[in-house]
Amino acid sequence: MKNITTPISDEVIRDLKVGDAVTISGTMVTGRDAAHKWMIETFIKKTRPPQGDDLQVYEELKKLLAGSVIYHCGPVVSGLDTKEYKFIAAGPTTSIREEPYQADVMKHFNVKGVIGKGGMGPKTLKGCEETPGVYFHAIGGAASYIAQTVTKVHGVFKMDFGVPEALWVIEVKDFPVVVTMDSHGGSQHAVIDNSSKKVLDELLERPY
Amino acid sequence: MRDLTNEILELIRRTSSSLPPDVEKRLRESIEKEEPGSAARGALETILKNIDLSRANSTPICQDTGTPIFYVHYPLGWSTIKLKEQIRAAMAEATKRSFMRPNAVDAIYDKNTGNNLGGDDFPYVHFEEVEGDDLTIELMLKGGGCENVGRQYSLPDNTVGAGRDLAGVRKVVLDAVQKAQGQGCAPGILGVSIGGDRGSSYIKSKEVLFSEMGTRNEDPKLAELEERLTQEANEMGIGPMGFGGKTTVLDTKIIGLSRLPASYFVSVSYMCWAYRRRKMTVKGEEVTYA
Repeated sequence: MKNITTPISDEVIRDLKVGDAVTISGTMVTGRDAAHKWMIETFIKKTRPPQGDDLQVYEELKKLLAGSVIYHCGPVVSGLDTKEYKFIAAGPTTSIREEPYQADVMKHFNVKGVIGKGGMGPKTLKGCEETPGVYFHAIGGAASYIAQTVTKVHGVFKMDFGVPEALWVIEVKDFPVVVTMDSHGGSQHAVIDNSSKKVLDELLERPY
Repeated sequence: MRDLTNEILELIRRTSSSLPPDVEKRLRESIEKEEPGSAARGALETILKNIDLSRANSTPICQDTGTPIFYVHYPLGWSTIKLKEQIRAAMAEATKRSFMRPNAVDAIYDKNTGNNLGGDDFPYVHFEEVEGDDLTIELMLKGGGCENVGRQYSLPDNTVGAGRDLAGVRKVVLDAVQKAQGQGCAPGILGVSIGGDRGSSYIKSKEVLFSEMGTRNEDPKLAELEERLTQEANEMGIGPMGFGGKTTVLDTKIIGLSRLPASYFVSVSYMCWAYRRRKMTVKGEEVTYA
């Protein structure tokens, strides 16, 4: 088991390989569908003019994300009335929906790691090689368990996206993950997709 | 008419935080099939720890508390209008108490209502009048990750060589499992409906998931196909979370419907391991939960 802390250096990233069990500690930011679309359109492709507090949030995010981790997560949060936020349930969401955006976001903000579930595709894998960065797989559905590793909620951006889609800045201690895509072109997801496809082809030939 | 808002709130709390025993049992059994020290076994160990923790603390098993699907079986004398109001009031309160994540998002304006009350269809409530005196309310919470990997096929389907018969059904169901990989939070449970129109086919593929694990279709032909599909899906080696391993599907449930001569739909609803479904029964003054 490797223990790593954000911000993460390129050296540490290059040392991580598919199959490594890792615990992560430090500051990270949650972001999923709305956040990725917003980052791409407003700051990277600039097809949408910044509105409201966009530019202010951008400056904060640049500092927070450099060397850090984006967590694909739409948490259950208590204390919404008092702003004394606490993560109650916080497992990963399916990552593949961010496939069109992820590599560009990683490169733009120098994001070293993405935590999610289900894995991602070739575009993100290339992004992992170039940034460099890695994809960490958390256990889908293990929401109460993972919420216990969130020791503090520092704050939240873009609450107008709704609680699940907002960008939550959190402090975690020993968040357990497995590396399933590394910075050397390795992807456990591509391996399993291929091997299961071969078995499927055999099964389709089997008589009923 | 009795106000059941508090009792429905309790049903929601139980459904979100306490996995049914039949599902937990299957997960505990499957752990023995995975290699010690493997990522697959590690995933199942974490899943089991999470099940205990959620139950002990009344916190959601999964942060995606899903689409709330209610099936209400009511005897004569109950008002479905009032029952629906009570379900909606209980849902808003459950959200306030963090048993549920605010999950109803207006699809046109991207606005989350914040209380899990969308239009008339969210939460989804199905009413059925029944004989006898007991009222039962079943609740299923179906997460978005597994909902997204559900598939509907119109047979014949040339991509996998599936004709309009059970041999063809088998092929498309296996195709759906391979395409889902780990993205529906494997190990999953398959709800399969054969026939119907596009709408009824999908609805029935979910309805069949209300039955207990291991419940076999009464038709021996379909019962055999259920067993075979579970076994063959597991041969693909996708494993828990798609990490690779022996446990990809925990069970398969099939329902046969009537179809038009022109149509032959097969719908596959994939349920994640966090297979949250609970039931409450109102018998006179007494309310019990299962």
